[in-house]
Amino acid sequence: MDLIVSIWSDYWIVRTVVFTLITVVGLLIAVAYLTYAERKVMGAMQRRQGPMTVGPFGLLQPIADGVKLFSKETIIPSQAHRVVFLLAPMILFALSLVAWVVIPFDKGWVLANINVGVLYLFAISSMGVYGVIMAGWASNSRYAFLGALRSASQMVSYEVSMGLIIVCVLLTTGSLNLQEIVLAPRPFWIQAMLFPMFVVFLISILAETNRAPFDLPEGESEITGGFMVEYSAMAFALFFLGEYANMILMSAITVTLFLGGWLPPFGFEFLAFVPGIIWFALKTAMILFVFIWARATLPRFRYDQLMRLGWKVFLPLTLFWVVFVAGMLITFDALPK
Amino acid sequence: MDNFARAFFLTEIVKGFLLTLKYMFFVPRVTINYPHEKGPISPRFRGEHALRRYPNGEERCIACKLCEAICPALAITIEAEPRDDGSRRTTRYDIDMTKCIYCGLCQEACPVDAIVEGPNFEFATETREELFYNKEKLLENGDRWEAQIAANLIANAPYR
Repeated sequence: MDLIVSIWSDYWIVRTVVFTLITVVGLLIAVAYLTYAERKVMGAMQRRQGPMTVGPFGLLQPIADGVKLFSKETIIPSQAHRVVFLLAPMILFALSLVAWVVIPFDKGWVLANINVGVLYLFAISSMGVYGVIMAGWASNSRYAFLGALRSASQMVSYEVSMGLIIVCVLLTTGSLNLQEIVLAPRPFWIQAMLFPMFVVFLISILAETNRAPFDLPEGESEITGGFMVEYSAMAFALFFLGEYANMILMSAITVTLFLGGWLPPFGFEFLAFVPGIIWFALKTAMILFVFIWARATLPRFRYDQLMRLGWKVFLPLTLFWVVFVAGMLITFDALPK
Repeated sequence: MDNFARAFFLTEIVKGFLLTLKYMFFVPRVTINYPHEKGPISPRFRGEHALRRYPNGEERCIACKLCEAICPALAITIEAEPRDDGSRRTTRYDIDMTKCIYCGLCQEACPVDAIVEGPNFEFATETREELFYNKEKLLENGDRWEAQIAANLIANAPYR
């Protein structure tokens, strides 16, 4: 027992590995039940019931789906580039996991409390496009290639405005450390000023994670699944996990940047007895609900509409807003010291 | 300008979102858990065939062969001869359920309401042979579904 305690306290690597495992397992369970929640919520919005058969209220459905995907055969097209073909889903999945190290789940609950957390997140989420492009190219299929092209241009376009939105937030917090962003004082007028950016950010993360109504890279009805069209079994499961883990990640980023992370909502101090991680999870779940809600509500955009929205609406708007926020902060002498 | 404001403040999208939210919470589901719950079916529902009996156990069919004659899919095969007591009865009454198109003409043609299409629609089988029904199987169906078939015939009687 003493040995375990001394190993625990002496070797930081042991602690890090354990915390990482907890995070990853928790994340995978969250992904599994996000798919369940998606099917249930969309079912309810479309007057259906969603999964009902496996377990009570279909609660074991994600596990059954997982077992099915595990037990299937991975088919590799004969014309595909084997190495890149198999590497692509791994990259996408790994990237969706590594970003979690800088997300603060509660005060001090962060695997790597680095001072450039926001930059790190931004870099990791931008790299996700490599997995998609590799998948599309290595599949040697027209649909997959088209899906990859769409995904690449879409993710690049929306990252521009996302970057500017993050700049707006950083102007008001004065730090790139995610914990300090959460803890930065936010008077009401600053929150109100950031609210339009919050809406734009929500729309941008829909595009960034290739979700409806911006799911053109998948586009089941036009390009039969896009860059994932040639994948099956575990390789497909990795894409799937990666996509959903990315959704959760983007929601967590939104919560951290705009909704005050683990802090109780609206600054209600009397709610502080609830552990911060619960607030964090609830807020993330709320954003995820918006993801699903949007999918059940909105039809898919046309590609030119998507590009127009990204470049001709969001980019000028966010650019203007950066200047506006900076000007307001200087005018009222509210720049973080 | 009006158009621009509407697009800028996403009013129509917000309306759409509210509509789906309303459906989620305030509009009842339409799906049922099929094998456990079943939807209502009409008394005129044309499902699996059955040969009925009189309450005293005598089979109704008098081997007039009207059903065989009218069957557009030629699914019914009947052979008949007089029984020992002199009444005319079928010795063979086969329906090939793989040929049957469930048009209901056999029950319309029947003068004694012997052949009817009952309310059962769950008679899928694993082999083709099991769908070649003979007289024994049809009479058994009749015994099994008689209560419901009789009720359906009464319910439908005012309309014919």
